[in-house]
Amino acid sequence: MKFTDVYLQTATKILVFIIMTFSIYVLFAGHNNPGGGFIGGLITASALILLYIAFDLQSVRDIIPVDFKKLAATGVLIALLTGVASLVLNVPFLSQAYTYVDLPFLGKTELATAMIFDLGVYLAVLGTTMTIITSISEDDI
Amino acid sequence: MSTLHLAILLPFVFVIIIPLLYKYTTAIHTGWIALIVPVVLFVYFASYFSIYDAIEPITVSVPWIPSIDIHFTLYLDSLSLLFALLITGIGSLVVLYSIFYLSKDRERLHLFYAYLMLFMGAMLGSVLSDNLLVLYTFWELTSVSSFLLIAYWYQRQRSRYGAQKAMYITMTGGFSMLLGFIILYVASGTFSIREIIAMGDTVSTHYLFIPAMFFILLGAFTKSAQFPFHIWLPDAMEAPTPISAYLHSATMVKAGVYLVARMTPIFGAQLEWSWTIIIVGIVTLFWGSFNALKQYDLKALLAYSTISQLGLIMSLLGVGSMGMNVKFENESLVFMGAFLAAIFHLINHSVFKGSLFMMVGILDHETGTRDIRKLGGIMHLMPISFTLTMIGAFSMAGLPPFSGFISKEMFFTSMLTLSENNSSWVNIIPIVAWVASIFTFIYCMIIIFKSFSGTYHANLLERVPHEAPVGMLASPATLSILAIALFLFPGLVVTSILEPTVKGMAPNVFAKHPDWHAHITAWHGLNLELFMTIGLIIIGILLFLSIEKWKTPIFSLISKRYNLNQVYDKGMINLEKFGSKVTRSYMTGSTTHYLTYIFCFLIITVLGSLLITNSFYLDMSNDSPIEWYEFVLGIATVAAAIFVLFSKSRLMSIMGIGVIGFTVSLFFVIFRAPDLALTQLVVETISTTLFLLCFYFLPKLKTSITSLKFKLTNAIIALGVGTTLTLIGLSAYGHRIFVPIAGYFNNSYQLAGAKNIVNSILVDFRAFDTMLEIVVLFSAGIGIYTLIKLRHAGRND
Repeated sequence: MKFTDVYLQTATKILVFIIMTFSIYVLFAGHNNPGGGFIGGLITASALILLYIAFDLQSVRDIIPVDFKKLAATGVLIALLTGVASLVLNVPFLSQAYTYVDLPFLGKTELATAMIFDLGVYLAVLGTTMTIITSISEDDI
Repeated sequence: MSTLHLAILLPFVFVIIIPLLYKYTTAIHTGWIALIVPVVLFVYFASYFSIYDAIEPITVSVPWIPSIDIHFTLYLDSLSLLFALLITGIGSLVVLYSIFYLSKDRERLHLFYAYLMLFMGAMLGSVLSDNLLVLYTFWELTSVSSFLLIAYWYQRQRSRYGAQKAMYITMTGGFSMLLGFIILYVASGTFSIREIIAMGDTVSTHYLFIPAMFFILLGAFTKSAQFPFHIWLPDAMEAPTPISAYLHSATMVKAGVYLVARMTPIFGAQLEWSWTIIIVGIVTLFWGSFNALKQYDLKALLAYSTISQLGLIMSLLGVGSMGMNVKFENESLVFMGAFLAAIFHLINHSVFKGSLFMMVGILDHETGTRDIRKLGGIMHLMPISFTLTMIGAFSMAGLPPFSGFISKEMFFTSMLTLSENNSSWVNIIPIVAWVASIFTFIYCMIIIFKSFSGTYHANLLERVPHEAPVGMLASPATLSILAIALFLFPGLVVTSILEPTVKGMAPNVFAKHPDWHAHITAWHGLNLELFMTIGLIIIGILLFLSIEKWKTPIFSLISKRYNLNQVYDKGMINLEKFGSKVTRSYMTGSTTHYLTYIFCFLIITVLGSLLITNSFYLDMSNDSPIEWYEFVLGIATVAAAIFVLFSKSRLMSIMGIGVIGFTVSLFFVIFRAPDLALTQLVVETISTTLFLLCFYFLPKLKTSITSLKFKLTNAIIALGVGTTLTLIGLSAYGHRIFVPIAGYFNNSYQLAGAKNIVNSILVDFRAFDTMLEIVVLFSAGIGIYTLIKLRHAGRND
């Protein structure tokens, strides 16, 4: 019979949301405050690893049915496509632009194409880290 | 593109045509197709020839790579015409002969004739080119085609060995020659031989002029099988006999002679040139004729005889060039006789040696052996072959009434001239030349009498000898007639070839003596040369009759000690051994060693250049003050690093590295780099985890806990690298020349709408780097995934 680690699992259920929220904050705050896609991706990955430690591999995979390799590839692709998009608009590769818009509830908000690029970085880092860790942990020696 | 260019390109066209036609013309011997080329070319070149007048030199040019002064320039004067006639004339006879010599059914004839045409074109190009680099191109093509032809029967080990040896030696000379040509270009500014000759005085003042001369001579000597580079020629006798007759007696080995003759107007006035050629030529003459006596294989005998005769021609060219030196201004015309003799003997040698090789081929073909110990007593069975061989051999021995007689008399005259006009020790040269002529006489007698007279050993021969077919005899017969004709009517070539060639070789001399005319006669009165000939015939006959008594003891004594082939073979083996030894000494397969080389190289180059240029610079004035917490962190980092070095277990080392990583992230905090600190913290955590993972799965067998072994060399190298990089860092820091561009990024909020400068640099200003970095990260992830997942699949192989 397997021992169930009630303390760890209960704490994890709360902590994962806090860590996730923090990582998303870090990602979006990156433009104006310390943070960004790279560190955001690593923090999200750490939340997922906490899940893996508290529960077993199979359960986590059932909850989050994501192929991390594809996620990483998607991230790289997004980053590349933001560059290509600037080519379509006849400006040099990877030119970034920003503008301010008034959104309901949020007020005056800055929208920058660099954000989309950072999102690509975030997904690539998250996907790669998880690919490495899951493939090592699933390996049986 | 003139007809002369087309003439040179014709053989190359046939290189392509012959293999194509070979498939569809199975009924006829491919040689008949190939015969078209030399005959057409011979007729073409013969149209320039007239026995009463010299041709006006013709220059035609087609630009090839004009930007670096390479033009496909052809220059046809008497010397080139002579060579062109020899190449095409003897080429026609050789192709005719090979039609009867090579079997249509058993041999791959398309290859044979394609290689032969390649050679013919290359040789024509060599002798007609005026541009040094074009000459070099054709020169190497002759080496390559000769290599292919020697190894024509590539299934034989000896053929491959001979081809390789010839290739190595002639290629070495070729490269050296190229070096000489390049120096000439640097000295003169042109690749054209004509133009270099025209500016002779300025070229000869260049400080590399004498080295260039030796580099070019090395090329000529290797190609013409001069001592000590003659060793490839006897081994090249593994080639089919028509090839030996054509390449290795009449044409290719004379390329070196051609080069020396061509370069004489440039270098001839230097005494170094004359003496080098004379001494090398005389040594080759002597050594070749002496070694020829030893041979039992007729082809090997002829190979050494070729070497010896080429040495004779070379030494004559050297003697002639003495007349160009200012020292011998008054006797210059006497020396010119040597040039005359050289060119005349060049013609003679091609004629009789070609014929002799063909006769040896016939003997081989009809009896099945070339060994003189098995041959004998077939004079009455093959009377025509006997007659033709005798004409060739007597001509080579220098007997009347054959052309060799005249050239040998002229040779003696030249050698006596040389000794008369120099200090007394030079007297040895005519004596050596005379002794070598005795040897020549003896081996010529061996060729005739050991193979045709004596007792007939029917049981030793593979087949019953009978007279060769007419087609096979036609070529040597033609050459034999020529050998007699040149004796009776030497005027055939005097005014057309010899005189203008000699005048062209020493233009400065003949500028002072415009009314000089070449004169050759068979009878030149009772003089010392004639008595020398009579003496050598008498001594030669006596020695030939007693050959069995002195041959074995002398050669068993000498050949074991002075064997250049052994020097070559051992040299090649030792070179290989040395090469593999050197390679093995540093390519150990140990990563430690390779890292040692890399770090040592780093220390030597970087620290060395820092010390040599004396660019170490220490300036502390602009540095910020150091706070106490920076001290604390610094000490912690250093302590952790030392701890890693001296810790006994790996787990401790991993922990130590972790400590270093976290203190570094604290440094980032202190130095106000929050993004770096965050990232460093997380990355350090992950890498420490991965280290622990590796540690956990170490094989149980080798986990004995030991501290790092101390090695002095490693410690020194580590200290060296540390010192080097510290010094570089300090020097670079204290020596800022440019204002950093960081000021530009202060505007990140205006330019990119971002208050975080680091992030805006990463995703906006320099996003290209970031994009490639995530590609790197992604590749690493996929790499790890494949390594782990596909490992088992790999094991099944």
